[in-house]
Amino acid sequence: MEFFQAIFNMSAASFAQHMVNGISLGSLYAMIAIGYTMVYGILLMINFAHGDIVMMACYFAFFGITVFQIPWYLTFVGVIIATALLGVVIERTAYRPLRDAPKNSVLISAIGASFLLENLANYLFSGRPLRFPNIELLSQNIAIAGVQVQAISLVIPVVTMLCLVVLLHIVNHTKIGMSMRAVSKDYEIARVMGINIDNVISITFAIGSILAAIGAIMWGIRYPGITPLLGVMPGLKCFIAAVIGGIGNIKGAVLGGFILGLGEILIVAFFPQLSGYRDAFAFIVLIIILFYKPTGLLGEKTTEKV
Amino acid sequence: MTILRTDGITMRFGGVVAVNNLQIEINEHEIVALIGPNGAGKTTAFNMITGVYTPTSGNVIYTDAAGNDVQITGKKPSAIAKLGIARTFQNIRLFKELSVYENVMIAKHLHLKSDFMSAALHLPHYNAEQRQAEAEVEELLKKVNLWDLREEKAFSLPYGQQRHLEIVRALATKPKLLLLDEPAAGMNPKETDELTEFISQIRDEYNLTIFMIEHHMDLVMGISDRIYVLDFGQTIASGTPLEIQNNERVIAAYLGVEEDA
Amino acid sequence: MANKKNLILTILLLIGCFALAWYVNFETDSYIRRVVNLCMVYAIIGLSMNLTNGFTGQFSLGQAGFMAIGAYVVGIFTVPVALRPAVFYAAPMNPLIADIYMPLWLALIVGGLLAALVAFLIGTPVLRLRGDYLAVATLGFSEIIRIVITNAQTITNGALGIKDIPPLNDVRYIFVFTAVIFIFITALINSSYGRAFKAIREDEIAAEAMGIDLFKHKCLAFMISAFFAGIGGGLYGALLGTVDPKNFLFTLTYNFLLIIVLGGMGSITGSMIGAVLVTAGLEFLRVFDEPLDLFGMAIPLFRPGFRMVIFSVLLMVLVLFWRHGIMGTREFTWDKFIAFCKNPFGFFGRKGARKA
Repeated sequence: MEFFQAIFNMSAASFAQHMVNGISLGSLYAMIAIGYTMVYGILLMINFAHGDIVMMACYFAFFGITVFQIPWYLTFVGVIIATALLGVVIERTAYRPLRDAPKNSVLISAIGASFLLENLANYLFSGRPLRFPNIELLSQNIAIAGVQVQAISLVIPVVTMLCLVVLLHIVNHTKIGMSMRAVSKDYEIARVMGINIDNVISITFAIGSILAAIGAIMWGIRYPGITPLLGVMPGLKCFIAAVIGGIGNIKGAVLGGFILGLGEILIVAFFPQLSGYRDAFAFIVLIIILFYKPTGLLGEKTTEKV
Repeated sequence: MTILRTDGITMRFGGVVAVNNLQIEINEHEIVALIGPNGAGKTTAFNMITGVYTPTSGNVIYTDAAGNDVQITGKKPSAIAKLGIARTFQNIRLFKELSVYENVMIAKHLHLKSDFMSAALHLPHYNAEQRQAEAEVEELLKKVNLWDLREEKAFSLPYGQQRHLEIVRALATKPKLLLLDEPAAGMNPKETDELTEFISQIRDEYNLTIFMIEHHMDLVMGISDRIYVLDFGQTIASGTPLEIQNNERVIAAYLGVEEDA
Repeated sequence: MANKKNLILTILLLIGCFALAWYVNFETDSYIRRVVNLCMVYAIIGLSMNLTNGFTGQFSLGQAGFMAIGAYVVGIFTVPVALRPAVFYAAPMNPLIADIYMPLWLALIVGGLLAALVAFLIGTPVLRLRGDYLAVATLGFSEIIRIVITNAQTITNGALGIKDIPPLNDVRYIFVFTAVIFIFITALINSSYGRAFKAIREDEIAAEAMGIDLFKHKCLAFMISAFFAGIGGGLYGALLGTVDPKNFLFTLTYNFLLIIVLGGMGSITGSMIGAVLVTAGLEFLRVFDEPLDLFGMAIPLFRPGFRMVIFSVLLMVLVLFWRHGIMGTREFTWDKFIAFCKNPFGFFGRKGARKA
């Protein structure tokens, strides 16, 4: 009842405002969740460092624009390249040597990589929050039909959709995409079939990191505080988004991202008294969805070979 | 008297029908073999009986120690093991990093009545249970000449002994029905003969019923009371070894390619 | 006979350790006392984490959260009733608990039980799923616990934290807890339940086929682990004399992860060794850093964090190049120790020869 009352009490304009916020947060989650789902689909591991890659990308952008005074559009290209490299380097140093090791060892290595990035950022860039460079064009407020929104909030969903279209094209209609699907279906058979597994994995990490970088830039413009632990909560939530969408499934990750982003914003909008518990929302959704559909919303049922 | 009956069990994976409408009946104290070419759905049938998979349709009915018919379809593997069905696996699944002794002791856990507090505090009634389990495990390990190797890690045993250890581990759960998934896989003729001997020996000694998947025809024909033949998920024949050997369909589907099995 | 000898040696060792604890308690300065106390608390929590992660093979990262529960129960109930209005100056304490006082030992046990209850609530949905989801769910939970603590102002005093917890710095008190927990976990691991846990770690499908109810045993291990982490957290809170949500960041859990990886996942004595080395190591690494408050627990947010960089590099190097750690899944035994003492040089060679 309270819920409906809350809806009735809300004006159309503020409802639209919340929807825009929710969709843009959902898009950001989706961008990051794709990286988790692709890596899990192929290596069956949680890339714990993915959230911290987002954090590093924010620092890269800060240094490019604020410290080195490079024009923002050039910086963004540089950030994307640097982040992709970072992702590939992490894979090569922290995960590749453990390809045949027990799963828990890889998980520990991933945690180590994540913790190292956090501590490095803290050490190199200080723990003090920095401000993401202000880009007037994207951060200005614009009014549409009486609703005030930041330009970036409209840009985010558009960029996300573009990225998704390109990504799905790569995965479904290119040779490398086919290799990726083959590796994620059956690692051993793909290897026997002559697919260069290491290459496929590197490219997967590069793609995931590129999306993370684009997401990070948009994140930074939308939520400008940068700290070394900035990637942790979004990272956890985005992994959860990937799980509730069905791990390994790109569209599922996007769906999961939107569910969490919209849900989080709307809960806080309708129940301001719960705003302190906002970060708990994702975990509750995780538990509820997995309880009813353990493979996630769009996940296929897999059976272990006995 | 029947101990296990499958009532038209079917297993579909996506569009693939791995096992179709399987009807099997196993009587107490029998040795029944399930044969068929690779990919015929034999292991899938085992997995449905032991609860690893839940059949898409159909029922598995087991007659428990008290003589009651129990529907075990879709029960947890651990619950089915407790009812008295034990199994081995096609690709040996020992607890590799644990000792031979621990491997078999683990199988005694399901009979343990003490809770974890009494176990951790080693209270007298827990100790009594353990002493009995230890005695039984010692007897079993001595039977397969693994007692002297009890401190070795399971993975360090030679292949043939790993197979024996897996069977002994299953026996330690005190089953009424023992499912063996290709017990002689990878064994040479001499080892296969020993195994044949061993299987009939444990059947008599522990009053077991045995249901096994096997490719070695000497073994199958030598000790089976009855045989079911599976091909493409369907039962294509069943009967005594003699009947099966002379069955046209079986020869066409299976025995004809026996050379490379 | 051999068993009796080993038992006597173990009892002698425990008495020796207790005598050492006594000595440390009265004859050393407060810094040494603090490090020794911390070392023992870390050992308790390392052991608790090893029970799930090392022995049962379920990767949980919730230790900081369970510690927070234990520490807050100690914080809330052991502060003398008279001092509470001063501690809860921003918002008065909820009248339901405002007058409840517990001695430390009782608060520790209540905290442990509460942590176990919470573990049950998280474990019920999550432990049925693929193993590695547990890592994310528990990590998330340990952050949520902090959120809850921060928001439950009238119970936990929110972000202000609880001060004036009667300080605990009796080394002997913590030693007794550590010894009892060590003995309990050793006995549990060497019981039928311990073997069932290890079976689950080795092969879940085979364990299930042997009649081990996976969910029940995973949940049991997880709850026992949480119980001891709660007690460890309670001791930690009492040691600090003050608790606040920032003490229990998820990164605190990584200390224990390092302990069990270094000592060996699946080795009780390994965890003890790991706890000593990591605690001492963290103290030693302080050289690379500016002094921190709170014994270097909190992330050095406003300080050069070189120490933690080294810490995380160590964790990675360890798992990349030496993933079995010091003990692997082996345990310290008197027989091996005596063999080592008799022939220190031949010891490793002989073992290698036996393996071949």
